[in-house]
Amino acid sequence: MTTLSDLAQPRQDYSYGFMDAYAKRELRRRILKAIAIPGYQVPYASRELPIARGWGTGGLQVTLSLVGPESVVKVIDQGADDSVNAANLRRFITRMSGAETTTDTLKATILQSRHRIPEEVMQEGQALVLQVPDPEPLRGVTADMSKAHQLHADSDYGQMWLLLYEQLVRYRQYIQGASYPSLVNGLYIISPSPIPRWDTPKLHQAAHLTLLSAGREKRLYAVPPYTDVYPLEFSDVPFQVEDQQGWVCKTTGVQNKFMNELPQEDGTSQYELSDSGYAEKLVKNEAVGATYYDDQGDFYYDGYLKPPVQPSL
Amino acid sequence: MMAISNHQSNHRFDAPRLVNASPLVQAVGLSKRYGAIEAVTGVNVEAYPGEVLGIVGESGSGKSTVLRLLNLEEMPDSGTYTLDIPSVLGEDLYQLDRFARREVQILNIGVVYQNPHLGLRMRFTSSGNVAERLLITGERTFATLRQAARDSLAISEFPLNRMDDPPRVLSGGMQQRVQLAKALALKPALLLLDEPTTGLDVSVQALVLDTLKRLQRERRMTIILVSHDLGVIRTLADRVMVMRHGRVVEQGLTDQILEDPQDAYTQQLVHAKL
Repeated sequence: MTTLSDLAQPRQDYSYGFMDAYAKRELRRRILKAIAIPGYQVPYASRELPIARGWGTGGLQVTLSLVGPESVVKVIDQGADDSVNAANLRRFITRMSGAETTTDTLKATILQSRHRIPEEVMQEGQALVLQVPDPEPLRGVTADMSKAHQLHADSDYGQMWLLLYEQLVRYRQYIQGASYPSLVNGLYIISPSPIPRWDTPKLHQAAHLTLLSAGREKRLYAVPPYTDVYPLEFSDVPFQVEDQQGWVCKTTGVQNKFMNELPQEDGTSQYELSDSGYAEKLVKNEAVGATYYDDQGDFYYDGYLKPPVQPSL
Repeated sequence: MMAISNHQSNHRFDAPRLVNASPLVQAVGLSKRYGAIEAVTGVNVEAYPGEVLGIVGESGSGKSTVLRLLNLEEMPDSGTYTLDIPSVLGEDLYQLDRFARREVQILNIGVVYQNPHLGLRMRFTSSGNVAERLLITGERTFATLRQAARDSLAISEFPLNRMDDPPRVLSGGMQQRVQLAKALALKPALLLLDEPTTGLDVSVQALVLDTLKRLQRERRMTIILVSHDLGVIRTLADRVMVMRHGRVVEQGLTDQILEDPQDAYTQQLVHAKL
């Protein structure tokens, strides 16, 4: 005999992808808006998640609202797939969505990342979700956020160069380690998450979609595929990426990729690839895709990075 | 009677340059309320090219409000304000949109506040503070910014070996010099000084006043100077406006006002000070 409980939906503890339907719908709408206005910070109602604010809730909400059973998810933290935070997020996303996971950049459809863009060139159809701690690039020059909104609205960004001026005066080079302010589509300046300067040029005319989301600050913004992204620079002092000349990975022997420095007891340093998924493929002798920086350190987008100039004071 | 008028008609009298020129600053009927408080009521301000206009009055008399209105930091409840500058000739600056007003302010008006925290970024370099003025007008060449900062700090007699120190570690007098350099970086037609030397000790005050006086002489800038210190007013100002309770009670040439005040309040002020 058929009972009512056979006809009803089986009881579930959570909706698909953990967040309720309204939350996912809101997130998707905000994402569409962010893609429509590249670089514009779209406010959204950041939901409670079973991880604490500041541990990637912004990125996780975007991932959960995009993920489907057919998705392939890769989660990286500081370039590594095996860090505790990345492993936890990956497990949570699979449990809530049934999506497959991978450590291979080229196989993933959704990459959630903190601090890094992978070394291998991402392709059309892939989405890179970055966890952003502080979305506001103007915070360094204006403490007043309502003023910052007006400056964004007016594209009134002159003060941003003051931060660069200070760096040049003190260190004779741009030393901003992460979140290097960049102009998106010639209109809005964004703080590209805490990705190193090394990764910032990878956003320029990228084939993939980049979504940046700050859960605590409740803002998300996007760099759509094939959009101009230029790091701020003075006309006579071009932007530079980190100088890692001569740093050789201790396990794979490659150079001119972003390295982690491992200080040794005798005072020297060893280096290893920051992108663990890429390193894994090299170790296993698997085929790797094209990389943003080639073995000579040349960036794949010709003419984008200029030779260094040391300014005179 | 006859003799006097003969004497006057025989005397070859050249009108002062100021009288023939048209005023650079012309603000008419400025009024501003903050809630129930009437800060400024029907104040007219006129300043001629190359003139130093002093505004004196006790605390709360509305002199700083007038300066903020002239600096386009705030909008008045009523009144008009024109600057004799080609780009906005004859236009009421209070009627301009936000962008145009900001452009007029940045390019043509320099300001020095009593409190350097209002005018400077204390943790950025002094040269950066000055260079910021050029950055907001769109200058993006590092070498040009350095040169402009150096030039501007030099003319305000700031020691150049300290140009990359943050104002936080500088003395009060030097902080005011950085503010002055910042105000002068874009060579404004109008310089507004809000108690620029209050809080400095007497010897430093004298040095800063010397600098201001030299700059005024060399650049023929129009300066509007707010102070409650009659000594400062006497040193710098050509003409004085005395304010009380948001109104102008008396105005005239500095010597005339300070030596022979007509209004009861001015008399009190002058006698209290001298």
